[in-house]
Amino acid sequence: MTDAHTTGTHGTGPFIAAIDQGTTSSRCIVFDKDGRIVSVDQKEHEQIFPKPGWVEHDATEIWENVQEVVAGAIVKAGITSADVKAIGITNQRETTLMWDKNTGEPVHNALVWQDTRTDALCKELGRNVGQDRFRRETGLPLASYFAGPKVRWLLDNVEGLRERAEAGDILFGTMDSWVIWNLTGGTDGGVHVTDVTNASRTLLMNLHTMAWDEKILSSIGIPAAVLPEIRSSAEVYGHARGGILDGIPVASALGDQQAALFGQTCFAEGEAKSTYGTGTFMLMNTGDTPVNSYNGLLTTVGYQIGDKPPVYALEGSIAVTGSLVQWMRDQMGLIKSAAEIETLASSVEDNGGAYFVPAFSGLFAPYWRPDARGVIAGLTRYVTKAHIARAVLEATAWQTREISDAMTKDSGVELAALKVDGGMTSNNLLMQTLADFLDAPVVRPMVAETTCLGAAYAAGLAVGFWPDTDALRANWRRAAEWTPRMDADTRAREYKSWLKAVERTMGWIEDEES
Amino acid sequence: MAKNIQSLERAAAMLRLLAGGERRLGLSDIASSLGLAKGTAHGILRTLQLEGFVEQDATSGRYQLGAELLRLGNSYLDVHELRARALVWTDDLARSSGESVHLGVLHQHGVLIVHHVFRPDDSRQVLEVGAMQPLHSTALGKVLSAYDPVAHSEVMEADRRSFTGRTVTAADEFEAMLDLIRAQGWAADAEETWEGVAAVSAPIHDRRRMPVGAVAVTGAVERVAPGGTLRPELIAAVRDCARAVSRDLGAGRF
Repeated sequence: MTDAHTTGTHGTGPFIAAIDQGTTSSRCIVFDKDGRIVSVDQKEHEQIFPKPGWVEHDATEIWENVQEVVAGAIVKAGITSADVKAIGITNQRETTLMWDKNTGEPVHNALVWQDTRTDALCKELGRNVGQDRFRRETGLPLASYFAGPKVRWLLDNVEGLRERAEAGDILFGTMDSWVIWNLTGGTDGGVHVTDVTNASRTLLMNLHTMAWDEKILSSIGIPAAVLPEIRSSAEVYGHARGGILDGIPVASALGDQQAALFGQTCFAEGEAKSTYGTGTFMLMNTGDTPVNSYNGLLTTVGYQIGDKPPVYALEGSIAVTGSLVQWMRDQMGLIKSAAEIETLASSVEDNGGAYFVPAFSGLFAPYWRPDARGVIAGLTRYVTKAHIARAVLEATAWQTREISDAMTKDSGVELAALKVDGGMTSNNLLMQTLADFLDAPVVRPMVAETTCLGAAYAAGLAVGFWPDTDALRANWRRAAEWTPRMDADTRAREYKSWLKAVERTMGWIEDEES
Repeated sequence: MAKNIQSLERAAAMLRLLAGGERRLGLSDIASSLGLAKGTAHGILRTLQLEGFVEQDATSGRYQLGAELLRLGNSYLDVHELRARALVWTDDLARSSGESVHLGVLHQHGVLIVHHVFRPDDSRQVLEVGAMQPLHSTALGKVLSAYDPVAHSEVMEADRRSFTGRTVTAADEFEAMLDLIRAQGWAADAEETWEGVAAVSAPIHDRRRMPVGAVAVTGAVERVAPGGTLRPELIAAVRDCARAVSRDLGAGRF
């Protein structure tokens, strides 16, 4: 994709600016009232790997990049701050930062969600109960990518930090908090807040009360003084101070996957979106009740608009989807570009009996089997690389089906249609296969940038730029729809074979190394 | 007997010489093995180098075969790559025009639809990816016929059926229409394939200016060409989209 483009066919403002502080880059997109992109600016930041399994970001670099892309997007749009009605924020979730509130200096690099240094700590925190110790309160298993244990690690490992934190000099935040605090003035009156979606990924917030859970805080060992105030996802937190957007309201924050749910306008119970990138994240709106999962999904907050009640979601993630196609390209050399997987797969009518379960680092939802490893099953002399390519695409579709089945079991709601976004939606064969395997229509919206759009929508709602969610729905445009074409018998037979292949991945690793 | 072009014969001989094994040759070696003056050999080598057929090692100054030769035998643009590159631009075109957008490539004497974006009005529409359209009457087909010599020879040999009273079928009239398309840079289909349907299309080029496909906006004739005249802003939007996709193809090829 290009780093920036503008089209001359837009009306004159007003506009909403959305900041996406992502894992590999920070972006700013300016949207008009129809939800169309006016301009984009983007800048990557350094990925820091101090040790195997450790991933860090330099939060100072990130804040500099955010200021740069905001200015870049405004300039490319050819507008001034007077045309911008609000700023919305979406961010990589769970990435954890602590900084000194008097100097504004981070006390350590941010610990990125992928960082696994808290694995042992999480086991220890599980005590005799195990990883579900806090699930009833938080909806989450005790796992290294959530923020709470990362805070504890920082308090334990940065010299003198715990004392400074207890003295009230230190602030903790996920990247939304860091960006908002700096945008609204930093050491000069910056507001220290987070939204319910980001707070729901810390393992520290009680899903039922939307407040920090004191029992969990003391169990993990985190002083309440460091915590930001939990606010809704769409309200004015404060106003930008200094910079190109001086005086503009900062009016939304949503974790990236929740922002995509919002941008896809999944406002009704049972509506779901799935984002197909390197991995895949599927979220389903479950309305005003947090649904406990007995099928390996996460319970999380979908969004909360102002003083309205929060809306909950079930989340299922697939670790390996787009990255399996990259693996076929880079490790196997069977294709020259990611798009070619479709060409190769389309050269045959079916998978030739082959099934590919990419359990490269174990099986995730709904199985959670770390002892599993990848398998290609059903090989005969008949199978060609084209059949394998087909099995690769089918793997993504079957894994989505498994998440969707788990969501139906947990929520009791059948999936009516799946809204999709992300890079892999350009793969027509995959989208058709998805519709076939789910036995439900698969719908792609016209604006691919649903994450930024969701943040813009929430900010626009907060300042009255859009009157209500119905107006946002009216903006949603269907770019393509794939309808199921597979007969029920074939689907059932294929699913059975897939499940057999999944079974064969389990128990490969016999002694889990700790 | 046709008179052969001497410099082309010499260039071919140089390529054969350089292809003989994994070797790099200096200017004097090349000149002497082919019995040429150094100046003559250098002129030919420089031309081959500009075309990418020959590369010169920066340190030794020796010549070797260039990457362009590899691409010659392997130059086919994957249609799925084309779709992936076109996705954002065609979405934007559908949004700004309010009409449906198609991306087509030449395939088996017709136009294969490789990408389709719905008209953004929430009505029920069926995805047309994989469908075929005729070369001689659709806007996509006419653009391909005008710009792609293979499409051109196919369409001239084909049976150009009349679908509506407006379909152009006579060879001379058709050729004149293609001339006009090449001159203006876009093609139209005003009820020449389907009654009540009009379309505008522009060519997509790859990095070497080869026509690899076409993009079109299609809709009801009353909206696309009210009063019999194509809306100029539609023409501009389609051409902008085609240029944007072409630019993306020229940028970072794998």
